[in-house]
Amino acid sequence: MAGATSHTVRMARGARVSPLRKRLDLLGDRLLFGVCVLAALLAAGTIFLVGYQIVHGATPALSKFGFAFVYETTWQPNFGEFGAGSLLFGTAVTSAFALLLGAPIAIAIGLFLTLLAPAGVRGVVGPLVELLAAIPSVILGFWGLLVLAPFVQDHVEPFLHGALGFLPIFGTPETTGLSVFTASLILTLMVIPIIASISRDLFQSVPRELQDGASALGATRWEVVRGVVLPTTSSGVVAACLLGLGRALGEAIAVSQVIGAGSEIQASLFKSGDTLASRIALQFPGALTELHKASLYYCGVILLAIGLASNLIAQAIGRRFAYRGATAR
Amino acid sequence: MSGAATPDPTAPLTPSGNLRRRQLVSRAAELAATAAAIVAVGALAIVVYTVVARGASAIDLDFIFTGYPTGVGPMLLGTLVIALVATLMAMPVGVLIALYLTEYAGARGTGALKLTLDLLNGLPSIILGLFVFALLVDHKQQSGFAGAVALAIIELPLIARGSQEVLQLVPQSLREASDALGVARWRSVLTVVLPTALGGIVTATVLAVARAAGETAPLILATSVFDPKHFSVNPFEAMPNVPVWIYKLSEEGNPEGFTEAWGMSLLLVSFILFASLGARALLARSKRKLSS
Repeated sequence: MAGATSHTVRMARGARVSPLRKRLDLLGDRLLFGVCVLAALLAAGTIFLVGYQIVHGATPALSKFGFAFVYETTWQPNFGEFGAGSLLFGTAVTSAFALLLGAPIAIAIGLFLTLLAPAGVRGVVGPLVELLAAIPSVILGFWGLLVLAPFVQDHVEPFLHGALGFLPIFGTPETTGLSVFTASLILTLMVIPIIASISRDLFQSVPRELQDGASALGATRWEVVRGVVLPTTSSGVVAACLLGLGRALGEAIAVSQVIGAGSEIQASLFKSGDTLASRIALQFPGALTELHKASLYYCGVILLAIGLASNLIAQAIGRRFAYRGATAR
Repeated sequence: MSGAATPDPTAPLTPSGNLRRRQLVSRAAELAATAAAIVAVGALAIVVYTVVARGASAIDLDFIFTGYPTGVGPMLLGTLVIALVATLMAMPVGVLIALYLTEYAGARGTGALKLTLDLLNGLPSIILGLFVFALLVDHKQQSGFAGAVALAIIELPLIARGSQEVLQLVPQSLREASDALGVARWRSVLTVVLPTALGGIVTATVLAVARAAGETAPLILATSVFDPKHFSVNPFEAMPNVPVWIYKLSEEGNPEGFTEAWGMSLLLVSFILFASLGARALLARSKRKLSS
């Protein structure tokens, strides 16, 4: 009897008496967990390090100009005078214009993809719209410089000036086509894919029964959208627009290629201007004095603050929305 | 009772009055939505068409393999090296974060970490340029490595989110089966979970590389003063690269430079479009396979 232990029992005993393997497994478990936590901390640490470095770089400008930097509009590197007022204005105007033009188009695309397009068309148009976001900004800017700007200068600006010239924002066109208006159009192209893909996902999450119910009560397709789809997703759409805004605020390269690098606040969209991000890209590589660099870092601080704020608000809205959606179902 | 109250049975069945107006509004809205989609796809088509039409004539073997002024070989090589170094840094960290999210983190940890990734993803790339400049370039010298660090930060959230989505699809039963056999957690993660998700993780990485390859803003601060004739594989000196060279040529305003820039744009755009389309198709397939 004693020698007749089965194969499995012997194996189980063998597994039991292997303290080395046990210790190795314990070590391995802790090691893998530790490395994973380390990676997570690295990601969080990166954000703080980015914030610290930018603020640190801006210190000379922060202590010299203080908060006045934000609204002062003189920018004269040769005289050591810096103020980001006109840049903030340019950033606000271009982003707002891009959002005003881009958001309705993007939301309409989201609606088209979820409610109108047949499956085949949806499978093609959806990825194509997202590919618009994959075009590198430097190429979009290059295209804007050589193709869009001349077109805008020859056709769009004269037309708008002729038709709506009584409004100060549509002033006399310049001779180059490099203007706040052209930059806003490029930003519009960048904002559309972001808002469109998020809002498509949102619209898809609207319960089918609600829409069918509205249709059964005699609502037309537009009334279903107006009465059911948009109200149930409105906060999510706002969050999507904020994410688009964050993209538009921070775009440096394409804007610097087409905005014309002007330094004044002008009412007309057809004049040159500049944004915070674009000013950094244009002047940082050639900045001579420490104060000039520090001022550009200060622009970075403002940009980082606005960018993080819009992103956080978008996440907060998005999270509340997701939570409500989860409890409703 | 009266004849006016009964509808005329011979009236045609077409809407009139208010209903007609409502249907017209709905029709107009449908047209507007379709037009919006056409605008976006049209814009993409125009940009891609311009790049192809103006860039194709510039490209030949010399263009790809020789240095300035006959070709852009050094820039292509530099972009390749920078993207490779960036991915070597971002991929392990990204996958580990994804593992932490799927295998270890509780609800609060998940929320905080996802928020961190979203914030990283939303950082303007010019800010990352300033960051690496302050950290690695200021008082030292420009380097391909500094650019790679910035690109790695751009890739990191994309790789982490992409891998996490795939890892979540690995069937729970596989993990349970592994546990039931008495296999330690780390062994089952490394030998069961990761290999199952490997295809998806690689395609998520390819998508991230496609996104980072065309980033210009950080490179303008990190590696922009270079010799366009010199083939360099040393990431600790300023490396020629495609995006910065396109940017410089576009600022110079010289027609021959424009042709060169269109040629490089075509190479870059075709890499990005093929990589992202291919990776998307593969990702969809491996997700389907995992969830079936």
